[in-house]
Amino acid sequence: MALTSEEVLHIARLARIALTEDDVQRFTAQLTAIVDHFAALAAVDTEGVEPTAHPLPLSNVMRADLVSASLSQRDALANAPLTEDGYVRVRAVLE
Amino acid sequence: MSDLWRLTAHEAHEKLRAKEISSVELTQSVLDRVAEVEPKVHAYITTTPELALQQAREADQKYASGTATPLTGVPVAVKDLIVTGGTRTTAGSKILENFVPPYDSHVYQNLRRAGAVMVGKANMDEFAMGSSTEHSAFGPTHNPWNTALVPGGSSGGSAAAVAAGECLIALGSDTGGSIRQPASLCGAVGLDPTYGRVSRFGIIAFGSSLDQVGPIGRDVEDVATMLQCIAGHDERDSTSNPEPMPDLRHYLGRDIRGMKVGVPREYFISGMEPGVKARIDEALKTLESLGCEVDTSLSLPSTEHALAVYYIIAPSEASANLARYDGVKYGFSDRSGPTMWDNMEHTRAEGFGNEVKRRIMLGTYALSAGYYDAFYLKAQKVRTVINDEFNAAFAKYDVIVTPTSPTVAFPIGAKVDDPYAMYLNDVYTLPASVAGLPSISVPCGFSEGLPVGLQIIGKFFDEGRILQVASAYEAASGQRNLLAGL
Repeated sequence: MALTSEEVLHIARLARIALTEDDVQRFTAQLTAIVDHFAALAAVDTEGVEPTAHPLPLSNVMRADLVSASLSQRDALANAPLTEDGYVRVRAVLE
Repeated sequence: MSDLWRLTAHEAHEKLRAKEISSVELTQSVLDRVAEVEPKVHAYITTTPELALQQAREADQKYASGTATPLTGVPVAVKDLIVTGGTRTTAGSKILENFVPPYDSHVYQNLRRAGAVMVGKANMDEFAMGSSTEHSAFGPTHNPWNTALVPGGSSGGSAAAVAAGECLIALGSDTGGSIRQPASLCGAVGLDPTYGRVSRFGIIAFGSSLDQVGPIGRDVEDVATMLQCIAGHDERDSTSNPEPMPDLRHYLGRDIRGMKVGVPREYFISGMEPGVKARIDEALKTLESLGCEVDTSLSLPSTEHALAVYYIIAPSEASANLARYDGVKYGFSDRSGPTMWDNMEHTRAEGFGNEVKRRIMLGTYALSAGYYDAFYLKAQKVRTVINDEFNAAFAKYDVIVTPTSPTVAFPIGAKVDDPYAMYLNDVYTLPASVAGLPSISVPCGFSEGLPVGLQIIGKFFDEGRILQVASAYEAASGQRNLLAGL
């Protein structure tokens, strides 16, 4: 099952990764080769089988709702590329 | 230069407790060893010699005051996706090249509480995606047994540091084989705990339903000691198992007479090297001679599907987990373009390597409209089929034994441009990962001068049993504390 270069560009856009023309060619071939191997799964009989999201029989685990220490504003911002007045500075989201 | 770096962690602890050596002497010996061999091996992304000597001085005080525990004063390598407050943590990626975490992971907190000494942050495939450590943004690690070869991956830096004497024991992480396969290729012992046994708090996420932190060491006792230190419930990880870890020392050095060992025939496939098969056959004979009932008629028919299941589920989870690297809150940031979307797309294009991009796109594809049912949902259902086959087998057997890797270490560059050939390295480790089962790789001899590993898979939360079999096998085979002659 071959991926097209348009599909690869669409996926890359969804994943927010800019691709060069060389990237598109290389990833189209490589992703096609990988996805080809997934086709065999279709032959496995999974009629009536429940999907497994993770291996443990745990769900909706809650901790007690208690106030505890958290990062200071300074620590939380220490790795941010741009900050201003104690906030993370971002580009305009709405144009 | 002293030879103290040759000690295992438990040997070092005995000498420290008897005041024959100090942790400062031991740590200096390891730091000297690092200075000597690191140019050839490149096991570390960051070394922390000043921190190590400070922690060693604190450890010596603990021995003096009688408050030391088994890992106090022991030099440790920590895989670079384990968040260490104040020490740069990169996950092997350019996108986190300058990230200095403001907090500690659960496992590093436990190491610090135990008084362990951190030598540095071990090299790895970027975001743990790879089987050779060639996908590190900081350059490959070299196998200490032959530096033209890969050490395996993704915890290749951790395994190489152990085999080269650049630490006494290490922490790695395993999503589809990333502890066991490099341990096998470097002649070390590596244990991937049951999913939920070790808290993932502060572990940079790859595949959240698969990721576990675990030890790589030079013998089974060291690995048990490290697992004991890092395991246990942590409410900061909602998948953390609430049951306490039993005392693993009880399982070491016990006989294994009457133990039922299943050997699945689907693991003996055409891709296995003859030298690997010969060592595994000998290991099975050793287990028989120790009184195990070895049954080679076991069949796990869905084994062949584990690879597809894994390479749909792990990239799908990764595509969501890695969405956080947007150049806004932390990490590498490209602000050259005119809009927010330009910035984000170029930050990720520049910050991620090719394997990470491939997996993010693979996961995005498997989760996208039109393919979700055929790929992601189908993979989750086949995951259930694989789990059920393991559960049925464990009604009959105490442990399942297989090779860890179909091959010994391969040359750097041999598979790096063929992603699927690289994925096949994990064909024996993926099934237990998909099922969340605990498994260990122990050295079982050499083929063409390179280490071969034996994998022992156990029931849920039955780390004790696989350690018991590993310990008895190690005592019979004498394959322990293997240091590469660099």
